[in-house]
Amino acid sequence: MDHYVAPDRSHDAEADRQALDRADLDAPTRVLVWRRFRRHRLGVVCLIILALGYALLPFVEVLAPYNPNDFDEDNIYAPPQALYLFHEGAFVGLHTYATATVYDMDTGLVKRVTDTTRPLPVPVLTVCGETYHLFGFIEGRFRILCPPEEGELFLFGSDRLGRDMFSRMIHGARLSMTVGLIGVAVSFAIGLILGGLAGYFGGWCDSIVSRAIEIFRSLPELPIWLALSAAVPVNWGPVSVFVMISVILGLLDWPGLARAVRSKFLALREEDYVRAAELMGARPSRIIWRHMMPNFMSHLIASASLSIPAMILGETALSFLGLGLRPPAVSWGMMLNDALNLSAVEIYPWLLAPMAPVIFAVLAFSFVGDALRDALDPYS
Amino acid sequence: MLRPCFLPRNGLALLVAACTIGTSSVGSVMRQTPLLKVEGLSICFGLPGASIEVVSDVSFELHPGRMLALVGESGSGKTLTGKAVMGLLPRGARVSRGRVLLDRPDGPIDVLRQSPAALRQIRGAQVSMIFQEPMSAFSALHTVGAQISEVLRVHGLCNAAEARRRSLAMLAEVGCPDAERAYSAYPFELSGGLRQRAMIAMAMIGAPRLVIADEPTTALDVTTQAVVLDLLRRVSRDHGLATLLITHDLGVVANMADDVVVLRRGAVVERGPAADVLTTPGHAYTRRLIAAAPRVPDAIAVHAPPARDDILFVEGLSKTYPGRRRGFGRAAAPVHALSNFAMRLERGRTVAVVGESGSGKSTVAKLVLRAERPDPGATIRFDPREGQPMDVASLSGTRLTEFRRKAQMVFQDPFAALSPRMSVQDILTEPLVVHDIGTRAERREQAAALMARVGLSPDHLGRFPHAFSGGQRQRIAIARALALEPELLVLDEPTSALDVSVQAEVLELMLELGAEMGLSYLFISHNLAVVAALADHVMVMRRGRVVEEGAPDCIFNDPRHPYTRALIAASPEPDMHRRLDLAAVAAGAGEPDTWPEPFGYAGETAPELVEVAPGHRVRRAA
Repeated sequence: MDHYVAPDRSHDAEADRQALDRADLDAPTRVLVWRRFRRHRLGVVCLIILALGYALLPFVEVLAPYNPNDFDEDNIYAPPQALYLFHEGAFVGLHTYATATVYDMDTGLVKRVTDTTRPLPVPVLTVCGETYHLFGFIEGRFRILCPPEEGELFLFGSDRLGRDMFSRMIHGARLSMTVGLIGVAVSFAIGLILGGLAGYFGGWCDSIVSRAIEIFRSLPELPIWLALSAAVPVNWGPVSVFVMISVILGLLDWPGLARAVRSKFLALREEDYVRAAELMGARPSRIIWRHMMPNFMSHLIASASLSIPAMILGETALSFLGLGLRPPAVSWGMMLNDALNLSAVEIYPWLLAPMAPVIFAVLAFSFVGDALRDALDPYS
Repeated sequence: MLRPCFLPRNGLALLVAACTIGTSSVGSVMRQTPLLKVEGLSICFGLPGASIEVVSDVSFELHPGRMLALVGESGSGKTLTGKAVMGLLPRGARVSRGRVLLDRPDGPIDVLRQSPAALRQIRGAQVSMIFQEPMSAFSALHTVGAQISEVLRVHGLCNAAEARRRSLAMLAEVGCPDAERAYSAYPFELSGGLRQRAMIAMAMIGAPRLVIADEPTTALDVTTQAVVLDLLRRVSRDHGLATLLITHDLGVVANMADDVVVLRRGAVVERGPAADVLTTPGHAYTRRLIAAAPRVPDAIAVHAPPARDDILFVEGLSKTYPGRRRGFGRAAAPVHALSNFAMRLERGRTVAVVGESGSGKSTVAKLVLRAERPDPGATIRFDPREGQPMDVASLSGTRLTEFRRKAQMVFQDPFAALSPRMSVQDILTEPLVVHDIGTRAERREQAAALMARVGLSPDHLGRFPHAFSGGQRQRIAIARALALEPELLVLDEPTSALDVSVQAEVLELMLELGAEMGLSYLFISHNLAVVAALADHVMVMRRGRVVEEGAPDCIFNDPRHPYTRALIAASPEPDMHRRLDLAAVAAGAGEPDTWPEPFGYAGETAPELVEVAPGHRVRRAA
């Protein structure tokens, strides 16, 4: 082999020393995490939808055509209606048709009959229906969508008391979606404190917390939920019951988080930068809050966002069994409580409609959590 | 002679990276056509249009029976080039230009343009690979023997009994003392050196024509490295192999390679016969690399006699870790990480503690800084310039805080030593905040001064550690250690994670800072050659005990202990005339009970240190 030397023979050691090695990583961690997170299209879409959903929660009264407990004894188990723009090929604006349930006396089967001859115009962005109290004190009747003047608007049908499923689902989102947040906050607090104690101090403290985690994880979840919720006093108001149920869900969820915190603590304690802080003479509290916490907070946020779906499902399960929230509160789980009656579901399948938002919320949180987890280590 | 294999193939085949079979080239003679010809190879990361070129226009030739070294620092693209030859590019990387021609009996073929099936054939029949980390290259769930003979069986070369016989023969050839035991062992049961031998056996078992060795000895201790390098050279010579050696160490190149290609940032800087490139380097970068390589000095000036002003005095320092309890059984025997260690560090001087993994050198660092508590009975006296001497072993409260201010540490891995969530500014002011020194503005000013002090621009203060290279991060870590103006600095392998050229710069910086700020250093290293320039006193450790200590001139010019001799003989240097002395390595590299009289001992019954010359002490029977 001939001796070849590259034509540019100079070499500047000083420039080499100053040059940034990874100019693409020259940003705070949160920026890097966000950059990485943005690559997950599905995660970003779900995050936007969830954020939008939570932003709209205070305004559900305006979004729903009815108040959640408005009932109409003439329209029990009314079938879902559709919205149309064209009537017999001509544009007539947003309208619907009256739909009725008819028993076929010969076969004994239930049929839904839609009267397509007469379009019922659906008013948009106007004042209608019963008065509601926005934020509890602003009275109003303004709604985005109103039922037609003569007739009803049951987009997802009505239930056994003739209440509009669609409006109740919108109102139910408020409790069903917040139960996860409160529950996670409770489980986060317990998990962080106990896991942190176990991880930082080790020894007998670690043993006690670890055994407690194992015991809690071995408890059969559903019976404990049931027992605890059955213990909530009957005379409590709907709001207190709601808070209590969230706390119960959080109380039973912390072991997973505590275990994550503990193992992260143990791992970080061995990191050189934590040891450097110790050798600097920093106190344990400073080491924990300033050096360790920022480095595992993102992991915790990811695992928390993955445990919100479990909370939502938990509330749904409890309320479905009739032991969760109590009327007049509305949640998706309570609405599904009607679906306990199998024969009713067979005849009125729209009673299962609240399953759709539950599934969607759970999936959205899972996608966001997954995307977050993948974005956590943005340094490569 | 070869019978088809009747045994079922199983999933293990996928795990065996070094699949090699085919036409044996044993005794092949030099031919004019190169076995491997890489022409204008360029490799990109990312999508077309927005891609980054990490290897650009690399060309070289490799003839049968020759060993070619691809040399470069991290990020030079040497490993990627090696993987491209194997057709093993990672996800996201793609070849944008160039050809990799492999000579076959029916003419050369371009490896880059083969179907996966054809590529498997080429890999199997022609090329095998030796990886850096044999622990992860072997599957932990199968015995070493099963994985080696799998190579033969999966290609239908022979039946199980024959495969076993050949594997045993190959294990014996690569120098496994007990081939039967190695054959039936799981990878984690073997020592690092034995694992790498087994890896070589696996690469050789199918008699390939080309072996790619990717940093084959970087993960090994220096004495083990010498033995494995010798084995690799012997095996490739005996089998007439072409070897592509990927390494960052010019010392290894000088000892091994016939030809060398120097890469920098993905481009060839210099290429040619090793003797020419190393003795008359044409490029400034090559010259710098050669100059930066640590080497054992020929002659060392004798240092001034001790001033008897010790900043650190250590006596009777031991550390015993309790044995790990196994289920309900009795606890295993305790581990003696450090036994009866004693040292003196004079103010403004440097003591180097040198040893391989498991020697107890890092334990010394941890105990001296009270990161861990020593066994009872130890004396660690720290004597600051002002104030009372401190007994480090029993410090607590404000006295401990005071000690922390005066003794700081620099860690081995600059990637782990800086919190990724803090900006450089926060990292540098953190020690001041902890000790409540100065106002906000003063702290900022001092951070800027520290950056300039370690040779970095203060403009970098707002940036985050992950944007910097290893060398820059180590400078930041040093600046952090200096922030409190300490008197004692413990350097725990401060350069071993760095590239060679950076390593030399950092050592130079340490030397400058030490003189300027009157620092005393306790320098922990696994590499004897690295400490030569810096140390005033060298202590060589093995298995928790100092085996020899003295001024560097004693240690390097007149080493008495077989282990010290082995360490010196095993350090590779970029000098074509100084080859590794394997006889010396073999005499001293083993366990203490293999050392010749009067040095050898068994178990915990070590002899005392005996003074053989003023200040030069050796552990041996009197």
